[in-house]
Amino acid sequence: MQEAMINKAKQLLADGTVNRVIGWKRGEFAYDITPAVFETAEELEKEFIYDDFTAANVSKYLVKESKKEGKILAFLKPCDTYSFNQLTKEHRVVRENVYIVGIPGGPKLDAEKIKAKGITGILGVKNENYTLKIDTVYGEENMPFYEAILDKCATCKSKKHVVYDELMGEEGEVLDSTRFDMVEKLENMTAQERYDFWRGELSKCIRCNACRNVCPACTCEKCVFDNPNSGVENKAPADSFEENMFHIIRAFHVAGRCTDCGECSRVCPQHIPLHLLNRKFIKDINSLYGEYQAGEDITSRAPLNDYKQDDCEASVVHERGVE
Amino acid sequence: MQVNENKDFQPLIVAFCCNWCSYAGADLSGTNRLNYPTNVKIIRVPCSCRVNPMFILRAFQRGADGVILCGCHPGDCHYTSGNYFTRRRMTLLFSMLDFLGIERDRTRVEWVSAAEGAKFAATMNEFTEAVRKLGPNRRLEDLRCRKQ
Repeated sequence: MQEAMINKAKQLLADGTVNRVIGWKRGEFAYDITPAVFETAEELEKEFIYDDFTAANVSKYLVKESKKEGKILAFLKPCDTYSFNQLTKEHRVVRENVYIVGIPGGPKLDAEKIKAKGITGILGVKNENYTLKIDTVYGEENMPFYEAILDKCATCKSKKHVVYDELMGEEGEVLDSTRFDMVEKLENMTAQERYDFWRGELSKCIRCNACRNVCPACTCEKCVFDNPNSGVENKAPADSFEENMFHIIRAFHVAGRCTDCGECSRVCPQHIPLHLLNRKFIKDINSLYGEYQAGEDITSRAPLNDYKQDDCEASVVHERGVE
Repeated sequence: MQVNENKDFQPLIVAFCCNWCSYAGADLSGTNRLNYPTNVKIIRVPCSCRVNPMFILRAFQRGADGVILCGCHPGDCHYTSGNYFTRRRMTLLFSMLDFLGIERDRTRVEWVSAAEGAKFAATMNEFTEAVRKLGPNRRLEDLRCRKQ
């Protein structure tokens, strides 16, 4: 796949369709793949990487990149195309300046899950018949492939590209996902249990802002959390209120716009399941205001920018079963 | 739900009232000599949809035990559609608070028109009593803001 992508990029650079390519290159470690912009065939040849650790969603980078001179080539996985479409809908990217090549998606690997097995010093991985052969500095190790995949890939919602100029591989389909299972499980707990669960998770937050910075829906030039008067400006949370405040507001600001790409949980250094907050909003919107998948199209109205005269009253929340 | 037996507990209730209906409704309940608890502190907002979810959280941070949001009845908004947006936003916000295990009975949305002075007083009496039963807000308070 990587070879084919490099060839495609070189071809598009050579015939002048694009003047830059956004892809990925190796970071500090083999499992640390980071987005990068390439301008020449030599750079692509030398540094371009697409492997099982390449999970980063490049859509957000296109907010800035698509406003520069000339076209840029972007390789988008199915989940990334939803984010891109949502950004197009919000007029945050210039669609004409991006040449999208759809590439098959995951499942991608989670290095933390490999490390949790006690495997360290990872140099590279190979997937052989769903057994992961991990090359480490201490020799070769094995583990089942599906035990090492990212949580967001385990509950993948769609393998379909919703926007592309060209497709590599075959067209996928929207999947029947189990992504709301954990949200449902929490909803069925008592209020005290839910409170204890979230206190345990959110109190780990170090306010690194990685969830905000990586989120393709969080593209405000000036963020509410950067405002010194917000009371929750960029600093480690001082108490439980600040933790709650940041996470409630972060999730609320992307409610109805979150495409559920799962990047927030992937990048969280404290492994807080932040996607559950977003999914709770998605689930509520689906059940109260009708099925809606952000990023699926660019014409429908976002649920929070819309209303119906016979919407349910806010008291539906108070009438729910579990206390 | 824990029921607070302390009858002396005086909750602090913040009521966001829209300028065109609920604030006038509160005024009417005053001119009609109707009683409602002094625990209720009214904040006037131009429209109920002016209320940002952060306002509600900030009220809890600064020691509110309950927050109630009053606006015009759906269809009567001075700005045509403001309260429809409020309704969606607040439904989602309250649902999220509930999801985080924060008592859902501390928050409420009520529609009170400028002619409903009696409804305003009744709503405030009832809401204050409900919050008094819940006891002090502990799950969404900022310890640094607690009064000694």
